[in-house]
Amino acid sequence: MIRFKNVTKIYSPNTIVLQDVSFEVEKGEFVSIVGKSGAGKTTLIRLLLGFETPTSGEVYFQDINVNETSAQRLQEMRRKIGSIFQDYRLFYGKTVYENVAYILSVEGKENEEIDREVPKILDIIGLSEKINNFPNELSGGEQQRLAIARALVNYPDVIVADEPTGNLDPYNTYEVISLLEKINKAGKTVILSTHDREIINKLGKRVITIENGKVVRDEKKGRFII
Amino acid sequence: MLTNFKRIIKFAFTDFWRNKGISLAAVFVLVITIMLATGLFFFQGITKYLVSQVQDKIDITAYFKEDASEEDILKIRDEILKMSPDIKKIEYVSKEDALKVFTEKHKDNSVFSKALEEVGQNPFLPSLNITTTGSALQYEQISNILQTEDYSAFIDKVDFSQKKDTIEKVFAITSNINAFGLILGVILVIVAILVVFNTIKLAVESSKNEISTMRIVGASNWFIRGPFITQGAIYGLIAFIICFIFSILSTYFLSSKIGVILPGFNAFRYFLSNFWIFILIQLGFGIGLGIAASFIVVRKYLRI
Repeated sequence: MIRFKNVTKIYSPNTIVLQDVSFEVEKGEFVSIVGKSGAGKTTLIRLLLGFETPTSGEVYFQDINVNETSAQRLQEMRRKIGSIFQDYRLFYGKTVYENVAYILSVEGKENEEIDREVPKILDIIGLSEKINNFPNELSGGEQQRLAIARALVNYPDVIVADEPTGNLDPYNTYEVISLLEKINKAGKTVILSTHDREIINKLGKRVITIENGKVVRDEKKGRFII
Repeated sequence: MLTNFKRIIKFAFTDFWRNKGISLAAVFVLVITIMLATGLFFFQGITKYLVSQVQDKIDITAYFKEDASEEDILKIRDEILKMSPDIKKIEYVSKEDALKVFTEKHKDNSVFSKALEEVGQNPFLPSLNITTTGSALQYEQISNILQTEDYSAFIDKVDFSQKKDTIEKVFAITSNINAFGLILGVILVIVAILVVFNTIKLAVESSKNEISTMRIVGASNWFIRGPFITQGAIYGLIAFIICFIFSILSTYFLSSKIGVILPGFNAFRYFLSNFWIFILIQLGFGIGLGIAASFIVVRKYLRI
């Protein structure tokens, strides 16, 4: 489903962020990418979303070469990937409802469908009470839950979470991770980037470890070893 | 497509309303710019009026010999009129008319009337009074034509050489005023446009992160750009309405006061007679600038 083939990314003049990275992610997998800050985890995700071009190598999403496809197909591809970030990346000028509805508007969904789907996902995620609040009026945990609701609302094929618990306390961290596990159980592919040892060890899923831009370990039931 | 369009409009209005401070600032700078452009056009109208007022007072006169018959003079008038397309007005003043004008002008001054009595007969010569549409050069050309052999048999003298300095000076001053006003106005308008760009840049910059998130979630460039451009158009439309109402009211109420300084110039009538040009200038500067600024500023963030 997702394939990194000998990907190298060098920022000019000679900062090597990723070096000859290759791996594949199958449909329905839960893959954690671990590494120290600056190891290249975020660059990996940006490459997958087509916001960066590899210096050499190729990135494929559902057999589409991300860097050679048209802008329109790239946009369509991004709609199939629900993204969650450490800094939430919410629309601070829009309400909780509008934040989630925006994703469906982007896909050109009809108003009736939006009116039906948005309350449903907000209910699942536990934000029904805050539907008319703005993100700034939510706690950190709630903001991240909103980000997850936004990533899920259009039933994407893949969820990419880049350090989603970086700003959260242990309770909210646990909540977010168990949400991701549930999503994975429902058949979605999840890619989680983190440097949180406890999360990885508890998950017991596939772990790809990156050090200095290189994949040093790729284990089916990995542990956090750096 | 239609749904998307409706959504873009809705997003624009919602954002406009939620960011009242920024919206107000953008409308304000657009109002200033539109007023400057309108002022520039008004200034041009006033100078044009002043120039034509002054130019109307400039003429050259060809004085005919005593024995030139009216028939000859009128024939020459028609010939000259045909020859030179630059002539605005050419007026025949007969001996009798000249006397009448003179006595009328100096009826309160006994010295002049006494002097006339001394002379005993009408001392004035018949003449052609010529006004052109433009420059000093045109006057010189006509004066030269009048002094050619064909006409010199009938014409006593042409007073161009006496008036030459004054004519040239007046034309130099008026063209300087025009050029200076235009340059100053254009500089002011450019400064105002830059301020508009900067303000809209600030407005869009506050949404910089949101634009990048919109790209992450797969929004198309037009879906991202649309609301900003529509907001730019809304700023422009509101600024246009404010300026338009202000222009009508100010020209209407200040017309009489402007008339005192510039007799014969009716600001309100000038506004009405150039109604569509004013609308075009104000709409162009308002909506056009609002849209263009938003488009260019957002484009920068869509590239990153």
